Amino acid sequence: MTDLTKLTLAEARKGLKNKEFSAVELTKAYIAKMDADRDLNAYVCEVPEKALAQAEKSQEKINNGTAGEMEGLPLGIKDLFCTKDIPTTACSSILKGFVPPYESTVTSKLKEAGAVFLGKLNLDEFAMGGSNETSAFGPVVNPWKKERRLVAGGSSGGSAAAVAADMCAAATGTDTGGSIRQPAAFCGVTGIKPTYGRCSRYGIIAFASSLDQAGPIAKDVRDCAIMLKTMSGYDAKDSTSANCPVPDFEKFLHQDIRGLKIGIPAEYRPEGLNSEIAALWDKGIDMLKARGAEIVSISLPHTKYALATYYIIAPAEASSNLARYDGLRYGNRINGTHLDDMYINSRTAGFGKEVKRRIMIGTYVLSAGYYDAYYLKAQKVRRLIREDFLKAFEKCDVILTPTAPTAAFPIGDKSMQENPITMWLNDIFTVSVNLAGLPAMSLPAGLNKDGLPLGLQLIGRSFDEETLFKAASALEEDINFKGMK
Amino acid sequence: MSGLILEGKTGKWEVICGVEIHCQIISKSKIFSGASTHYGSDPNQNVAFIDAGMPGMLPSLNEECVHQAVKTGLGLNAKINKYSEFSRKNYFYADLPQGYQITQFRYPIVGEGTVTISLPDGSTKDIGIERMHIEQDAGKSIHDMAPDKSFIDLNRAGVGLMEIVTKPDFRAPEEVGAFLRKLRSILRYLETCDGNMDEGSMRCDVNVSVRKLGEEGFRTRCEMKNVNSVKFVMQAIENEARRHVEVYESGGEIVQETRKFDALSGQTKPMRKKEFAHDYRYFPEPDLLPLVLDDEYINRIKSEMVELPDAKMARYVKDLGLTPYDASVICENKEVAAFYEKAAKGHDAKKVANWLMGDFFAMLNEKKLELKDSPISAENLGRLVELVTTNVINGKTAKDVFALMAETGDNPEKIVEEKGLKQVTDTGAIEAVIDEVIAANPDNVAAYRAGKTALMGWFVGQVMKASKGKANPGMVNQLLSKKLV
Repeated sequence: MTDLTKLTLAEARKGLKNKEFSAVELTKAYIAKMDADRDLNAYVCEVPEKALAQAEKSQEKINNGTAGEMEGLPLGIKDLFCTKDIPTTACSSILKGFVPPYESTVTSKLKEAGAVFLGKLNLDEFAMGGSNETSAFGPVVNPWKKERRLVAGGSSGGSAAAVAADMCAAATGTDTGGSIRQPAAFCGVTGIKPTYGRCSRYGIIAFASSLDQAGPIAKDVRDCAIMLKTMSGYDAKDSTSANCPVPDFEKFLHQDIRGLKIGIPAEYRPEGLNSEIAALWDKGIDMLKARGAEIVSISLPHTKYALATYYIIAPAEASSNLARYDGLRYGNRINGTHLDDMYINSRTAGFGKEVKRRIMIGTYVLSAGYYDAYYLKAQKVRRLIREDFLKAFEKCDVILTPTAPTAAFPIGDKSMQENPITMWLNDIFTVSVNLAGLPAMSLPAGLNKDGLPLGLQLIGRSFDEETLFKAASALEEDINFKGMK
Repeated sequence: MSGLILEGKTGKWEVICGVEIHCQIISKSKIFSGASTHYGSDPNQNVAFIDAGMPGMLPSLNEECVHQAVKTGLGLNAKINKYSEFSRKNYFYADLPQGYQITQFRYPIVGEGTVTISLPDGSTKDIGIERMHIEQDAGKSIHDMAPDKSFIDLNRAGVGLMEIVTKPDFRAPEEVGAFLRKLRSILRYLETCDGNMDEGSMRCDVNVSVRKLGEEGFRTRCEMKNVNSVKFVMQAIENEARRHVEVYESGGEIVQETRKFDALSGQTKPMRKKEFAHDYRYFPEPDLLPLVLDDEYINRIKSEMVELPDAKMARYVKDLGLTPYDASVICENKEVAAFYEKAAKGHDAKKVANWLMGDFFAMLNEKKLELKDSPISAENLGRLVELVTTNVINGKTAKDVFALMAETGDNPEKIVEEKGLKQVTDTGAIEAVIDEVIAANPDNVAAYRAGKTALMGWFVGQVMKASKGKANPGMVNQLLSKKLV
């Protein structure tokens, strides 16, 4: 029998339907893989018993013909999604012992569609980080060149690593500044951050509310389409979720892309861009051109301000969103002689260094006397960045860029540890998209000379994931990344 | 009416005052959650996950609260802002689970308006409304249940509030008192807030400053928070103003601060600095979209507006012939006005008003009854007045009938019938009594005829007495005058 964990969602779906194997067998195969690769530290909480029970129910539904769209498919869930009766920590000590009495909208949609949850996946604490090293559970090891102990990227490092190592069929991720796309690129898997408002944020532990968006990390483009369809949709419980129909994204795969206009932003090719990445980008451009797409030069002039803007808005919102973690009602409390002492003790012990750094930055930029110079200015620049994209999309249908400026780097890299800006620079190609609220996908595009995966990013118009899937599917076919592994 | 002038050692001082009033919105559920707003439930019974600041929970705006706010805005003759925005006000406190209060800051739902107050000397004054915004209430901290513990009740956390801010238009404590009563009356008419200051559903913060009579501009003000009765508000203003004068006249300066009003001493004292040294770091609430209202929505609420006290008063004066003072007394309370209109329907409205404000209120007071529990119905009060106006009984008998009505709840006709109290209007019968009285008092008759006409009253009294009060007093007068000549 083939290794069931190698199957894509689409293949597993077909195999279950044709009774080639059972949902229980499929889940068991993943549980075995989770056992075998525990040293990757991808999962922070495993729920094999619950998963098997879910799988049994799924098999019944498959047998009696009432299977949902993702019936019996084993998934890993980023530990930022609240899951009823399963511990949820955002990989922070401050949420130690927290078991939500409710389910996030995205995970309940997946559940209703029949998906099986294997456990909760590691991430940077409160999704703040680009290497999964800020997690209270320790870093995730990239399954590529495992012996070199490279980072899996972040913040959805556990999700990307688990998918790459076949420890789940697909995983949920969230993306605030690149947290789906960058780890997907580092781990050689595919991930899409949909348009802001496409998926409900209800029940996802908030980092930066105006930027956070859920999305899938999966083995290929089709799997992303399958999973995104289930995850999407309007939710009255999230006022910022969009009340618009969810297309069947799979329908947009393998289509003719002749005449599709591909925008190439000049600002994404800075001097000193890694030559392998630049070459890969050019290769991608050529592939699309060869299929009859039209390549258009575009300009996104405010790109250079994106990172600074992001690192004002995201910490500002985070400083407020994280105020509720005070040790009072849930999570870890460390008592003090006075209420303020209890706050200080609980938060000092509960939050890690990066989270504290961002809370301080956020508090600072919102303070009286600094608000106008930082937060208000950043909001204005954010509008300009959004307008850049609107103008660009008058000339093109989809934009192609690299996902990240580097491949995965070693865990504990000194330059990153000493200067947080170096780490933040890794978000340079991804943050603009969050500021503009647009959909973007990262897909594996090739390997560098060290044999590490690199990703290309496609950016689409607001609520036009269809075109993204169209272009991504063509690119995926031509790149044939599977053949490189 | 002129304002309160304080005589200082250096001259006359004028009192300047403005108020901020928090009014709990009447709504079934809280402003951002589905939890009940019921007052008096067991602690922490009405708490949704969002009210407790649970991770990943999002607010969703309760339309009923918006409706109530617009209605209130219209009742304050204020501009309804079609665009308003929610903001976060950040501070740490144990009864504020999210670590921030969702409020409106830059863009409130209601703009400038006017409330006209009636003063004891019969004059009126327009008080400017600066703005009104909607926000969520905090929970309650209970410190007196255990020596070393505080308890938190979140039932109130998230209940909708309207914060009404006036311009600094008040010049005397009585003006503030009249405003609070008027505002409470308007809110109760609108049924948007029950206005109970003792239960905390209407809470008043007062800003006070003083200036030399004739001086331009404003001096430093002090704020007194949560003064919980009209009487205390007036007391606090006067005492605080006197304190300012004393400080200035002894060469000191007033510092802008929040002070606490002590109901026992009637004095104000500074709150601990810690409690007001806040930088609230306001910024737009990213979890909620801006609130956009259209004309249709506002007009629909306009069309549902009830007649407010001012309009009702004007109508009572114009159509029913009441004095402005009587009209204002009856109109202050919606239920009283409704009772009055029912009672006055088809009868002498002025007389009904006199009965209502005189004997009727005295009776309720004496029996310690609420209007709704009155033994005398509105209809019966009207019918009693009718019996007087149509000369069925005289005024004196009416008082006795009223007393019996209050005792038995019977209608006046029945009492008059059963007790045989009908006025005697038969000329012959009255003449017979008069003849008896004249015959029995020859001395007084002689004195009268000799010019002591003041005895007329005595004769009337004797005749009334002899007729057991039933004789028509007008006829008695008339006939006596004839016979005594």
